[in-house]
Amino acid sequence: MTGKSKWIQLAVLAIIMLVLPFFFPSGYYYRVGALIFVNALSVVGLVILIGYAGQISLGHAGFAGIGAYSCALAPVHLGLHPALAVLLGAGISGVLALLIGRPILRLKGYYLAVATLGFGILVSMILSNERGLTGGPDGISVPGLGLRPLLRDMGLRLSGGEFWYIVNAVVLLVSIWIALNLYQSATGRAMRALHGSETAAKTVGIDVARFKLQAFVLSAVYASVAGSLLALQNGFITPDVAGFMHSVEMVTMAVLGGVGSVLGATFGAAILTLLPQILTVFADYEQLVLGFVMILVMIFLPLGLLPSIAARVRWRGV
Amino acid sequence: MDALMQFIYSGLTVGAVYALVALGFTIIYNASDVVNFAQGEFVMLGGMITVFAFDAGLPLPLAALTAIVATAAIGVALNKFAIEPARGAPVVSLIIITIGASILIRGASQVIFDKQLHRLPAFSGDDPIHLLGATLLPQSLWVICGAFAIFIGLWLFFTRTLLGKAVLATANNRLAAQLVGINTGFVMTLSFALSAAIGALAGVLVTPITLVSYDVGVGLALKGFAAAMLGGMGNPKGALVGGLLLGLFEALTAGYISSQYKEAVAFVVILAVLFVMPQGLFGEKKTERV
Repeated sequence: MTGKSKWIQLAVLAIIMLVLPFFFPSGYYYRVGALIFVNALSVVGLVILIGYAGQISLGHAGFAGIGAYSCALAPVHLGLHPALAVLLGAGISGVLALLIGRPILRLKGYYLAVATLGFGILVSMILSNERGLTGGPDGISVPGLGLRPLLRDMGLRLSGGEFWYIVNAVVLLVSIWIALNLYQSATGRAMRALHGSETAAKTVGIDVARFKLQAFVLSAVYASVAGSLLALQNGFITPDVAGFMHSVEMVTMAVLGGVGSVLGATFGAAILTLLPQILTVFADYEQLVLGFVMILVMIFLPLGLLPSIAARVRWRGV
Repeated sequence: MDALMQFIYSGLTVGAVYALVALGFTIIYNASDVVNFAQGEFVMLGGMITVFAFDAGLPLPLAALTAIVATAAIGVALNKFAIEPARGAPVVSLIIITIGASILIRGASQVIFDKQLHRLPAFSGDDPIHLLGATLLPQSLWVICGAFAIFIGLWLFFTRTLLGKAVLATANNRLAAQLVGINTGFVMTLSFALSAAIGALAGVLVTPITLVSYDVGVGLALKGFAAAMLGGMGNPKGALVGGLLLGLFEALTAGYISSQYKEAVAFVVILAVLFVMPQGLFGEKKTERV
C-alpha cells in the first residue's frame, strides 16, 4: 500500500459518510450509522492486533467496558468532565493492557484466546457484581457530554442522532488514519513480520514481545474509546458491553469484513451492526440466521467479505 | 469440617460436568486441531431432547438414548458441513465458525423447543445420602460416577482397541496415519460423534440437578474450555483433573469467600497457571519447527 492509496481509502470512506445521510428515510438511521462507526472503531483496533500482529483476543469487550464505565462513573465520583473521562478510560485500559499484556502475550493460539477470555470475563463480572458502584446488571445512566447544548447556543441545532453521527464519523476517520499510518511505519512492518513468522522476525532482530505488546495496548485503547462513545451516545450502559458475546461480536466483525484491511473491517462492522436491525423482522429466527451467516462467510469467503470480493473481481480481470 | 465436605461434594459434582465438557473439547481437538466452542450446546441438547422425549411419554432411559444418538448425529453434521469445508483455516476463523455453530444451535433450539427452564426427575430419588458428615444427592453420585465411567471407558477404547489406537495415531500425526492406511476422515467423524455423545450424556446426568434451558450452553462451553486449557489442551487426563479442580475451586470460593465471585476465581486460577506454565498443567511442551 502506498501513501497515495491511504488518502484514497480515507477519501472514499469520508465521501460515503457524507453522502449516506441523503438516503436516510428517517432520523433513526443517524443512530444506526453512529452505532456502526462506534463498532468500526473497536474493530479497527482489532485489525491492528489480529490483522497486523497476528494475535487473538476474546476479551476486548473488557476494555470497552472500562471505557464505558469510566464515562458513567468518573463525572459523578471524581467530578471529571465526560470528555476527560473518555481519556481517563483510555488511560486505564492502556495501562491495564500493558500490565497483563506482557505475561499473556507469551501464550499462543488457543492459550492466548482463553487468557484474554478470562480477562474479559473478570471485568464483566466486576461490573455486574459491584452493585454499589456500577449499579449491577441493571446498568447505570451516563451523564451527557454537554457539547450539544453548547452548539445549540451557537445556533447549530442537531438531533442526538445527527450529533453522534458526526462525532463518531470524525473519531473513526482519525483512528483509521492512525491505523493506516501505522501499517506503513517501521512498527507496523515489524508487527506484520512477526505475524508471518515469529522465529523469522526474531532472527532479523525484531523485539517480538515489544511489538506484540504495542499492538495489544493500542487495540485496547481503541476498544476503550469505542466503549466510552457508546456509553455517551446511549446515555445508559449495562455490563453486557464487557460481556463475552460482545468480544465475539467484535472479532467476528473484524474477520467478517477482512481482518487484513482497515476498510474491510469497517465494512464488516457495518454488516454485522445492520444484520440484527434487519433480522428483527424475523424475531425468533435472529440467532439462527446470525450463526448461519457466520459459518457461511468463514467457509466460503475465508479472507473476509471485502478482500474476497476484491480478489474475485481482480481474477475476472474486470 | 462438615461444611468443607459439603463444598467438596458440590465441587466434585459440578467439576465432573466440566470434566466431561473438557473431555469433549479434547477429543475433537486431538482429531482436528479445532477447539469446538459449540461443545456446551451438546450438553444443552442432551438435556433438552431428553426432557421433550420424556414429556412425550418415552421412558427415561429411552429418552436419554434418543437424545444422545440425536446429539451425536448433530455433532457429525457439524463436522461435515462446517469444520471439514474450512480445513486449514486460521485459528480465528475456526473459532468464529464454531461460535457461529453454537449460536445457530441455540437459535434453532429456541425455535424448536422453547425458552422455558425444564427439569427431569432424579434417577434414584431425592433422599440425600449421609457420607463423612455431609449430605450428597443420589443424582450427584450419578454425575460423578458417570464421569469416571466415561473416562475409564474412553481410556480402554484408546488403549485396548484398534479403532481407538487409530484415533490416537491420527491425533499424533495425520499424514503418517493416512500413510499406514488409517481412514482419517472416518476418525474425524467418529471423534465428533463421540464428543457430542459425551456432551449429551453429561446433559442428561446433570439436568435433574441444574435444570436445562436453551441458553445453558455458553457458560458450560467457557468453563469446559477453561478446564481443558487448565489441564493442558489435548490431554484427556488433563481434562479430567482440570474439570474437577475448576469445580472444587468454584465451590470452595462460593463457600468461603463470595458466591458472586466464584466464577471469577476459576479464571484467576487459569490466568495464574498459564503465567507459570504456558502449556497448562499436563500439556506437552511443543517446540516450533522452523
